[in-house]
Amino acid sequence: MFLAVGARRLRRAASLLQRFQSTLVITEHTNESLTPITLNAITAAKQLGGEVSCLVAGTNCDKVAEELSKVQGIARVLVAQHDVYKGFLPEELTPLILATQKQFNYTHICAGASAFGKNLLPRVAAKLDVAPVSDIIEIKSPDTFVRTIYAGNALCTVKCDEKVKVFSVRGTSFEAAPVSGGSAKVEKAVTAPSPVGQSEWIEQKLTKSDRPELTSAKVVVSGGRGLKSGDNFKLLYDLADQLHAAVGASRAAVDAGFVPNDMQVGQTGKIVAPELYIAVGISGAIQHLAGMKDSKTIVAINKDPEAPIFQVADYGLVADLFKVVPELTEALKKK
Amino acid sequence: MAALRALVGVKRVIDYAVKVRVRPGGGVVTDGVKHSMNPFCEIALEEAVRLRERRLLQEIVVVSCGPPQCQETIRTALAMGADRGLHVEIPAPEYESLGPFQVAKILAALAKKEGVSLVLLGKQAIDDDCNQTGQMTAALLDWPQGTFASALTLEGQQLTVEREVDGGLESIRLRLPAVVTADLRLNEPRYATLPNIMKAKKKKIEVLKASDLGVDLSSRVAMQRVEEPPQRQAGVKVETVDDLVGKLKEGGLI
Repeated sequence: MFLAVGARRLRRAASLLQRFQSTLVITEHTNESLTPITLNAITAAKQLGGEVSCLVAGTNCDKVAEELSKVQGIARVLVAQHDVYKGFLPEELTPLILATQKQFNYTHICAGASAFGKNLLPRVAAKLDVAPVSDIIEIKSPDTFVRTIYAGNALCTVKCDEKVKVFSVRGTSFEAAPVSGGSAKVEKAVTAPSPVGQSEWIEQKLTKSDRPELTSAKVVVSGGRGLKSGDNFKLLYDLADQLHAAVGASRAAVDAGFVPNDMQVGQTGKIVAPELYIAVGISGAIQHLAGMKDSKTIVAINKDPEAPIFQVADYGLVADLFKVVPELTEALKKK
Repeated sequence: MAALRALVGVKRVIDYAVKVRVRPGGGVVTDGVKHSMNPFCEIALEEAVRLRERRLLQEIVVVSCGPPQCQETIRTALAMGADRGLHVEIPAPEYESLGPFQVAKILAALAKKEGVSLVLLGKQAIDDDCNQTGQMTAALLDWPQGTFASALTLEGQQLTVEREVDGGLESIRLRLPAVVTADLRLNEPRYATLPNIMKAKKKKIEVLKASDLGVDLSSRVAMQRVEEPPQRQAGVKVETVDDLVGKLKEGGLI
């Protein structure tokens, strides 16, 4: 009896606490459009149970703010448009986030665990004198999160007793928030603090591609050392075209110069979890598996029957990729 | 040109090639398991050594925080070309809960104490996979940060960093002093040669405690549980491309 009452009281206390949660999602965007991982971060933020706000900082925010105001589940969109946010430098964004935090006292601050989020959030956390939590895959409660360690070979549940919980969200572990049906208020963020001027953005060299973006693609075709040259990657591009797939790569393929670094899938590259992942000429090292083993279905094409990739593959084909990849492309054309 | 000094942080981790095992009671088996220098730390150190070889750096101070075995990691760094070592000894019980924030506080304190202009770190440790220490060190020092670096150019007080970002590469310019974290593509670390390993034995390692630096090691983030990830079910081998296409069609994947 006593136990039951205790539990009920606890639950009430917990829901009371949840009512006072408020989360700030740091929006990742290109000044033109919202980066999809932000939508996954918003879903994670909603799971915390409190009010969700988004901060959009950049040189050009109108389009993105409008996009965000329609995303379901957001109460408020704060906009900070200024030339100082060119290149989204963390030295300039951090004071803005600190000022916003001072004004609204959020209990949680988060962003997607992309290059942008990973670069920025730990700097914000240290300035708030709190330890951040990286790349969470699950929210158990407002202060308890699950994340992977050792290249995804162990799951770690962490309890964070910091006054502000700062965390980055693994995009593939949370659904994207619906981009319509929302009606958030768009407001101007606090006045931009004066420029810090320690750093300067010079240029970017982005890899152009018509294919879907790697981290959000439904199908991914990846190549490894077995492709032997950059030219041979054309085989994978042809196959990918038939499947409307993104093309990824192992570290070996990037290091050998077959493809650019932003195509790398793995512990230190991108984490993907598509419906279908086709690994071609990839042995399946621990570091590569870390980036793709949550894919729904894994297909491996490799001539070495002992390759570790076959231990995680749903369908394995032991064969020479130079023979079977063109065959597969042809078979898909006929379909 | 004024001579610069660099602080390089190195972490001792379970070797990257080891398949880690989760203990039934929680945690990861570390006893009797091969350890080595975190691969990203090797790259950071190699970059520092190259900068010194081009006479852009005067001295490389290498630091590691943790139990006594960290001194082996520091020795390796000295054999690769660091000038002297600092070992911030953390007793085993406290090391269990040592996180990037505490390490960042130690590194920031040492950067000030040693008067360095550049802190070079790996972009992440392959055990905790946090990718936080460099960013937090920069924050605590109020220095600019060049994370995920794949190329560095040092000219006077300016550092140009090419960074690996999601869509490709970007270049930024930082004013020294600065913190840089190394990505895989920054360089190819050298092997320590036997003569250099012998010479490294004569180099000095100073042992300090976190309290000497005024750093409080208490942590408000606690690991509650460590478990095995769900295992995938064994798949099937198919004989031909047609079989494969058939299976994928059955599953509604194509």
